[in-house]
Amino acid sequence: MGDTRTGFARRWDKIKRSWYKFSKNPLSIIGATLLLIIVLIAIFAPFVAPYPEHAGSFVDFPEASKPPSWKHLCGTDVFGRDILSRIFFGFRFSLAMGIVVISLTAPLGVTLGLTAGYSKGTWVDTLIMRITDIFVAVPPLVLALAVCSILKPSVFNAMMAISLLWWPWYCRLVYGIASSIKNEFYVQAAEVTGSSKLHILFREIFPNCYGPIFTKLSLDMGWVILIGSALSFVGLGAQPPTPDLGTMVADGGKYMPDQWWIAVFPAFAIMFIVLGFNLLGDGIRDMLEVEEV
Amino acid sequence: MLRRLAHSIFVLLGLSVLVFFIARVMPGDPARMSLGPRAPETVVQKFREELHLDKPIYVQYYYWLKGALQGDFGMSLFTKRDVADDIREFFPATLELIVFTGIIMSVFGILLGVASARYANRWPDNVVRVFSYLGICTPAYVFGILFLLLFGYILNILPTIGRISPILNYPRLVTGFLTIDSLLAGDFRVFWDALKHLIMPGLALALGPMAQEARITRSSMTENLQRDFIALERSQAIPERRIMSRYLMRISIIPTVSVLGLDFASQLGWAFLVELIFNWPGLSRYGINVMLHKDLNAIVAVIMIIGLMFLVVNIIVDVIVGGLDPRIRLGAERSK
Amino acid sequence: MRLLDIQNLHVNFDVYGGTLKVLNGVNLYMEEGEKVGLVGETGCGKTTTAKSILRILPMPPAKIGGGEIFFEAEDILKMGLRKLRALHSHGISMIFQDPTASLNPVFTIGYQLMDTIRYSSVEEALSRREIKRRAVSALQDVALPDPERIIENFPIQLSGGMKQRICIAMALASRSRLLIADEPTTSLDVTIQAQVLKLLGQLVREKDTSTIFITHSLGVVREWTERVYVMYAGGMVETAKTAELFRSPIHPYTQGLMKAVPKLTGEGIALGISGRIPDYRNPPPGCRFHPRCPHVMDICRKEQPPYFNAGDTHQVACFLYRE
Repeated sequence: MGDTRTGFARRWDKIKRSWYKFSKNPLSIIGATLLLIIVLIAIFAPFVAPYPEHAGSFVDFPEASKPPSWKHLCGTDVFGRDILSRIFFGFRFSLAMGIVVISLTAPLGVTLGLTAGYSKGTWVDTLIMRITDIFVAVPPLVLALAVCSILKPSVFNAMMAISLLWWPWYCRLVYGIASSIKNEFYVQAAEVTGSSKLHILFREIFPNCYGPIFTKLSLDMGWVILIGSALSFVGLGAQPPTPDLGTMVADGGKYMPDQWWIAVFPAFAIMFIVLGFNLLGDGIRDMLEVEEV
Repeated sequence: MLRRLAHSIFVLLGLSVLVFFIARVMPGDPARMSLGPRAPETVVQKFREELHLDKPIYVQYYYWLKGALQGDFGMSLFTKRDVADDIREFFPATLELIVFTGIIMSVFGILLGVASARYANRWPDNVVRVFSYLGICTPAYVFGILFLLLFGYILNILPTIGRISPILNYPRLVTGFLTIDSLLAGDFRVFWDALKHLIMPGLALALGPMAQEARITRSSMTENLQRDFIALERSQAIPERRIMSRYLMRISIIPTVSVLGLDFASQLGWAFLVELIFNWPGLSRYGINVMLHKDLNAIVAVIMIIGLMFLVVNIIVDVIVGGLDPRIRLGAERSK
Repeated sequence: MRLLDIQNLHVNFDVYGGTLKVLNGVNLYMEEGEKVGLVGETGCGKTTTAKSILRILPMPPAKIGGGEIFFEAEDILKMGLRKLRALHSHGISMIFQDPTASLNPVFTIGYQLMDTIRYSSVEEALSRREIKRRAVSALQDVALPDPERIIENFPIQLSGGMKQRICIAMALASRSRLLIADEPTTSLDVTIQAQVLKLLGQLVREKDTSTIFITHSLGVVREWTERVYVMYAGGMVETAKTAELFRSPIHPYTQGLMKAVPKLTGEGIALGISGRIPDYRNPPPGCRFHPRCPHVMDICRKEQPPYFNAGDTHQVACFLYRE
């Protein structure tokens, strides 16, 4: 259809259309809102948390192990620390971990995937993909546990461990797309007119991957947080007194069932943050779906 | 098929190299750690030589590989036994748990997905969708803890530890599966008890993938419902029930089954935590313990076994999908 | 009694940003034994009409906005499920445009064909052997070599032309009284199109099946139909006996279509029709063709033209021919 509007008008319409598709599912809105709230809480944790100093090492034994009340909405743990505040700071950690891991792994994985996909059939392809295959032969959590167990337990090491074995998934995703379109005409046209390999990879092939990559990014945040919390749960990730959600669930597990709130509220917190990312990811996927009439 | 096997072997080998390398890189002296700080240096040195720790890495790998191919994974520094024996003892428990989980998640996952598609946008669908969102974003260990709390302590209807109540005896072990073996022995009390022990950890592991399967099945079915061939089948007066149960089902299940393999794999991962929570005497609990104790040989062996399981499951899933979908089976042939 | 009589059918689709008013008063009828053509450019609503007749439109987002479709004097749109099934079973059958999409990829041809036969037979419960015999015979009718082997094949193993023949076989096997062929050759290789079309044409002539040929090709219409409807943007603009239409097309759109076909005799270059099909969300008021019409008048912009007579069974929806 001949579209004679200005570039700006077109882009604005595209944004409106994307928003429409995204918002068609009320759950996506819920997810986005939930996430927004969580992100804001995470950023402003020191100001929003009722007892910000409880996030670190803090003891107040008279207040210890109190059930939920108006003073402490989620109760207190065995050291007397307010659980709600620790959950707020826990969000910070989880988000930070997710961002760090993804900003490390996504560029690496995507670049390798593009390279491998474009050079499909050559030794470059084989080399990269075989290495990828080795990493994905084992469930990510298992490898992460193994690697973390070897290193000194800490948040940093946990992040490194997860990053180490997360990039192959991006590589695979992009490889699939790149290798299938590498024979399309516009790619061949670019080759013939002498575009550099870099140009072809990033200006021709890469834009085709935007959609799946963004969807995956959002869902991945949830996954990384889950795995991070699992590592902390067994003591291989964040160490006390860091307010990591997984650690809190593990600690709380010891005091079940009497002081159930110590484990249950952080567990719900994990669920919410992952739920938010999943709903958002679904919404993004809906948004990028091609419409059929 | 042959190519697939060769590829798998390569991957396993590569995996072993990777893990081995990572394991050896770690700081600390395994020999010393195993014998304890009080052992005299000479004894530790002799131990070191025995374990080939003084030799370069590729030599160590060679010895390991040689042993592994004969089923000898070396000695566990943690349990002081042959790793192979440890594995033989703990593996069946995990296998039983995984199989139980697998059955629950596939059967109920598909059933829920079908119900969801059938009553699309009405209340059963919405209930299932809410449930599936929660299931996907809750890690198995959270479910484990919640179940422990709810069914184990508050309601006190399910046992919380191990595979079988302490007062009962193991039946004669044929398969290693307590449920099957007790049935074979005709001992229903043990069977029922073993089943009760399986429920909580199994359910905790199964809920996540179940939710995933339900979603995929639902979306696959609703998508296929729009397709031309369904319209054509309707226009040919084929009864709706037949269209749903045959034509729609077979093609819609394909994506679900493909994902089953992957989901199954991630359950192998979560099992590490769940077995810990429920004190399930399986491979994964063993795995966590050896990891926390930096027990090299055992860690490598556990990872290899898990990698092998994953590989086998993937091959099985691929075969099933190929059986269901002629496009994959025959499409590959055509391109030759 | 007419076999099929569509009266003033309106169909809308709910989509992003509004409603597509696709069918805007479709009128079409058929007598028994006729071969009628429905011609129009892509997007004018031909397939929507066909699917409405069979009631296989996806009901969200589609909605019937009004009108009736009479099949042997009963309104299809008001039929209960059992009558509808009977209708599908031996009343009307359809051939779709894309044979690859029409066949279920995970079942063999034989399975699908035999199911069709089983559920469309007027007699109760045919034996398996009889069904198989009929299936093989149906495949032979469409000139497929080695039917016994093809019955065991899956759609992916067959070419487009073969698949379409199978669809034709399925449609004819049900021995329906009315066959709707929706662009049966459009998605086939050009070299195969003529073959399959010829086959279809012969078969419907032999079996004397009442057929609606839906196509965007004037050539097909000329060759295989007795009477034709010209459709534009959700409505019929002209209808006549085929020979008459080609002899004297009088609607400006039809005239434009005729001119757009290059002539073998080489008289001049083929001309297009300026403009585009309307946006169904905001269709032009009055006559939907008026923005592109070289003879547009004031009244065209305001009122929708009714049908005016221009000869025996020749009708045109254009104010130019007001008496």
